[in-house]
Amino acid sequence: MSIAPACPSPIQRHETVQMAHGAGGRLSQSLMQRVFMPHLSNAFLDMLDDQAKVELPAGKTAFTTDTYVVSPVFFPGGNIGELAVNGTVNDLAVGGARPLYLSAGFVLEEGLPLSELETIVSSMAEAARKAGVMIVTGDTKVVGRGQCDKLFINTSGIGIVREGTALSCRNLKTGDSIILSGSVGDHGMAIMTSREGLSFHSGIMSDCTALNAMIEAVLDAVPSVHAMRDPTRGGVAATLNELALSSAAGMEIHEGSIPVRADVRGACELLGIDPLHVANEGKLVLSVSPEHAQTVVGVMRAFECGRDAVIIGSVVADHPGTVVMRTAFGSRRIIDLPLGEQLPRIC
Amino acid sequence: MKYIDEYRDPKLARQLLQEISRKTTRRWTIMEICGGQTHSILRNGIDQLLPERIELVHGPGCPVCVTPLESIERALAIASEKEVIFTSFGDMLRVPGSSRDLFMVRSEGGDVRIVFSPLDALQIARANPSREVVFFAVGFETTAPANAMAVYQAAREGIGNFSVLVSQVLVPPAMRAILSSPDNRVQGFLAAGHVCAVMGYSEYEPIAHEFCVPVVPTGFEPVDLLDGILKTVEMLEEGKSGVVNRYTRVVQKEGNPVAREVIGKVFEVVDRQWRGIGMIPGSGLGLRAEFERFNAEKKFGVAHIVASESPLCMSGSVLQGKMKPDDCPAFGKECTPLHPLGATMVSSEGACAAYYNYHGNLSPL
Repeated sequence: MSIAPACPSPIQRHETVQMAHGAGGRLSQSLMQRVFMPHLSNAFLDMLDDQAKVELPAGKTAFTTDTYVVSPVFFPGGNIGELAVNGTVNDLAVGGARPLYLSAGFVLEEGLPLSELETIVSSMAEAARKAGVMIVTGDTKVVGRGQCDKLFINTSGIGIVREGTALSCRNLKTGDSIILSGSVGDHGMAIMTSREGLSFHSGIMSDCTALNAMIEAVLDAVPSVHAMRDPTRGGVAATLNELALSSAAGMEIHEGSIPVRADVRGACELLGIDPLHVANEGKLVLSVSPEHAQTVVGVMRAFECGRDAVIIGSVVADHPGTVVMRTAFGSRRIIDLPLGEQLPRIC
Repeated sequence: MKYIDEYRDPKLARQLLQEISRKTTRRWTIMEICGGQTHSILRNGIDQLLPERIELVHGPGCPVCVTPLESIERALAIASEKEVIFTSFGDMLRVPGSSRDLFMVRSEGGDVRIVFSPLDALQIARANPSREVVFFAVGFETTAPANAMAVYQAAREGIGNFSVLVSQVLVPPAMRAILSSPDNRVQGFLAAGHVCAVMGYSEYEPIAHEFCVPVVPTGFEPVDLLDGILKTVEMLEEGKSGVVNRYTRVVQKEGNPVAREVIGKVFEVVDRQWRGIGMIPGSGLGLRAEFERFNAEKKFGVAHIVASESPLCMSGSVLQGKMKPDDCPAFGKECTPLHPLGATMVSSEGACAAYYNYHGNLSPL
């Protein structure tokens, strides 16, 4: 038997995230150089300072933050990285802000394959490029195996609010048209059907996308849009209720007008879940005076993410704070806020 | 979507509604048995569209609603055990026991998992031989075949770390209990289509003749429901009783013989407590003696746990069609889906939750 006489030197190149990657030492630096910088490099980030110093154009600053904990982190139509960029971009854009800069904070689970992390980081870079924003500062922490599910990402974003808009969820006016940018429930069902335990496979893809270009075009055409929201968790039902409650306005929605993809509808039917309660990650709901409604729909339809934009209902003087669905049979029902987690029915 | 759109056709629905109006000359009270039917009626506002003289009352066919409080308490006790992986259909997790639900057990560290089939629970048992895997086998005749199959397969494969907490109930004895009640108002039934798909409808014939009521196996889509209501009204108007199947694309007279066979192999008829209603003799299924080793109540020694209902909750009267959800003084006040007093406010199939979610305080049209 022969043993190589060399001293055992520390392993320099890991294929998975180690606790030491988060300890601030050499491995932390190597993680930056190997995984983050090749994809995210820009003049601000390259300074490697503890903060980014950015110049903001004149105007009111919009500032938002969101944390992304999706499981699985890779899902049909996207991954947690692009979700983390698009979600924060959209939160700025629906307030009438032009998104400019993002921060990104990562909580990594020990053992996460670096190849997966790199894929996610490169998706973030691509999403940021498409949305026209820069990731200018960031942070990485590592937690022990089992203390998080692969990785969590927090992104915060800064944007400059356009002049001449007064978007607010309290701004709904009786008679307004309610416009939805496309099919509901795609993201939530893509996630649900890709989770373990559901033994059917679908071609449902997440709708994860940045909405800022479309929103900008809408506001260029009709600056007086009253309110905008991107319906995410809780689905379109939650968003409509938030708008109605905030403005103390009633809303009447027409059942047949809401676009639902056939496969999403099928999956919802099987699971006993209402597509209106299912999450989206690239949809827009807005409220606008009826005389501008067709213009807005026309502008939205010129964008891929607004191709199926449609007027789904209107703001009414009756039942303030309540969203009512007019069914295909002529009857009415309430569209309520979902209670919590969507639970598949017994039978 | 095939098999859905044609049964949601507004034109067809309008024709059926006109026909129901034309045929109705008196007041009739009809009960739909299944919570899935209740949900569909409320969701589509069918109750608003029917002639005023047709009253729909909502039956006991919500598995979450009728699972007795003590079964929930036993589930909570088992799920809190360290070595246990407790598996359940999703909508049982939110049903409150006396003070907790399964979500709370999970947040306290219990390993509670949602499965879509008891066979998935069995798979978890195979994959985790050092853990005890328990499945909460609740439901009507619709869930019984798969639940029986899981036990049957566990026995065949000699899987020792799998057991079931059984709270399995049967429709016909509940119908008898409703019809035998001195203050019964129900004159005709829409039988639960999917229960009939498993069991067939022969077992309703003696009930229909004994109590002189029409029993119409009916589906779940708006057109199915209106068609079932039309047939029931026709029979009531003509003074006819008996069983007429209107869910012919799914239900056959003998049901599903394979499913019935596996139910018969694993389960036997037992007396069963119904939440809000009480004991109904011969109204449940329990494991046969040869499968007793899969009985979670015995395995975990929880059979002694008993519990009693909140006196405020009137879900029993709702489940028997004696009162409508919004007749209850607690409805929408002390009792909401966020703070349910009884299970009829919890499950999406529960009549109280369906009223709250779809009608709320909306004024009639």
